[in-house]
Amino acid sequence: MTSKTVGRTGVKKTLRRRFRKYIPLYLCALPGIIYLIINNYLPMGGLILAFKKYSFAKGIVQSPWNGLDNFSYLFGSKWAGIMFRNTIGYNMAFILLGMLIAISVAILLNEVRRKSAKQLYQTTILIPHLVSTVLIGYLVYAFLSATNGLVNKGILEPLGMEGIQWYTEAKYWPFILIFVQMWRGFGFQSIVYYATIIGFDKTYYEAAVVDGATNWQQITRITLPMLKPTVIILTIMAMGRMFASDFGLFYQVPQNSGLLYSATTTIDTFVYRTLMQDHDVGRSLAAGFLQSVLGFGVVLLTNALVRKTEPESSLF
Amino acid sequence: MAGNNKGFRILANTVMIILVLGCLMPFILLIMASVTDEATLTLYGYSFFPQKFNLQAYDYLFKAVGKIARAYGVTIFVTLVGTVLNVTMTMFMAYMLSKPDLPGRNLLSFFIFFTMLFSGGMVPSYIVWSQYMRVNDSLLALILPNLALGVYNVILMRTYFTTNVPREILEAAEMDSCSELGMLFRIVIPLSKPMISTVALFAALAYWNDWVNGLYYLTRRSDLYSIQNVLNSMMNNVQFLKENSLDAASAQITTQIPTSGVRMAIAVISVVPIMIIYPFFQKAFIKGIVIGGVKG
Repeated sequence: MTSKTVGRTGVKKTLRRRFRKYIPLYLCALPGIIYLIINNYLPMGGLILAFKKYSFAKGIVQSPWNGLDNFSYLFGSKWAGIMFRNTIGYNMAFILLGMLIAISVAILLNEVRRKSAKQLYQTTILIPHLVSTVLIGYLVYAFLSATNGLVNKGILEPLGMEGIQWYTEAKYWPFILIFVQMWRGFGFQSIVYYATIIGFDKTYYEAAVVDGATNWQQITRITLPMLKPTVIILTIMAMGRMFASDFGLFYQVPQNSGLLYSATTTIDTFVYRTLMQDHDVGRSLAAGFLQSVLGFGVVLLTNALVRKTEPESSLF
Repeated sequence: MAGNNKGFRILANTVMIILVLGCLMPFILLIMASVTDEATLTLYGYSFFPQKFNLQAYDYLFKAVGKIARAYGVTIFVTLVGTVLNVTMTMFMAYMLSKPDLPGRNLLSFFIFFTMLFSGGMVPSYIVWSQYMRVNDSLLALILPNLALGVYNVILMRTYFTTNVPREILEAAEMDSCSELGMLFRIVIPLSKPMISTVALFAALAYWNDWVNGLYYLTRRSDLYSIQNVLNSMMNNVQFLKENSLDAASAQITTQIPTSGVRMAIAVISVVPIMIIYPFFQKAFIKGIVIGGVKG
């Protein structure tokens, strides 16, 4: 508003004069713009490679087209189905469980009265979020190592049970990976919900207490209904990342163990493996292309959903 | 607020304390694993209460300091340079976009924003950085790909600039014929310190913890490994031996994999700096999560 009135009444500047005034700003922002072109836009253009037979010697433009060969080659492998199943399946589990845990923790945190305790809890539950996935791999290893791990040596064997070869038995890994993801992410999500809860109008709760409402009634009748918009937004946003996966979680935590691939292969680990270990660029290009395009599709779709439910929260 | 019931409050505190312990326990186990005597380890495995302590691993680290110190130096260098680069580029872009009458503002906003919606993914990105920019096997590989600019931070900072820096002050400065860049350094930056430090904090954490760039781009120069890359490659070597069921003892000599205690000790020292400075930045960290979380 103000800029318009200033523009009309005060110094009326032509486009050229404004442009000249801002030349230093354009120049200062130029490195960032060039960076985005290299880091983001050139790879977007590189997606056409999914329809080419890439040769490192010939580069992106010169490599010959090969139609849909890369895709038929990709879907000729059993891993195509597995990686989509895993990526989507884990994401759904993460979204649902993550939301349940985070909301519960946020509500509990809100019940804590002592400020120092509150501070301590908030600070500590964020610690898992601070460390690298490599380090998380080490933490998990200390528990699950077949020869030295705490679970085998400290729990199962003293109880007279046989130790489990955790890093070779795929059937346990869906649970392990979901557990690790919850461990590392619940604090972060809880803080987001908690910040929403402390923003609520307190008079609702005061009135409820006057009317003799129990804590449980306050949660189910006030807190949860008021959280609904946030829950919807965060869930839809998370759905926008349905085809993405945390490479570190699925590569580093299971230590890239070959016997676990059926449970740990997601699009991102498949792309890494085919590109860097098997040097099978075609397959990895096709898989990456599908991830990018499907990811873009769900982002557009979820944004349309957000715009319907909560227009002011939509991205665009 | 809520809560007129003491029982409920006790329940809340109990659950929170259990969660707090659950968050800390793995780290305690890691520290204990790094000080457990090797013989005790073979008998009883990793334990919260090892029967015999031994600081040999750390002793070894200080003596065989070369490789680890080097990796540590790489991590510190990359984190410092990367963070400065990231914050500088973010700030300049955000400031440019915060000018309401900037010619081409909408186009530039879209140019930046679109990268949040659509991405070329890992393979073309790898090809661009390694084949065209030729960053592989250099320190640039740890600094440039993917980490040097967060588009989301640009948008957050632009919003901060437009809402938290009073327009009247900028207009007054313009009357006093202060240049656009002068305004950035004399007015906008001093008024936006909380936001800038939050962005710096998240950038620094991302650089400190990154190992993916090293994995993709440092294929021949393991001497440029960051501390995370060293941890990663040690674990891979252990796993490789196991899958190929080589004799662990002799393999340890031939491949020079450090003992379990040493590996755990390196893991501990990789995370110590974060834990030491975390208490000082936890407020900014929580704030960053709250700002970024709802739309992140």
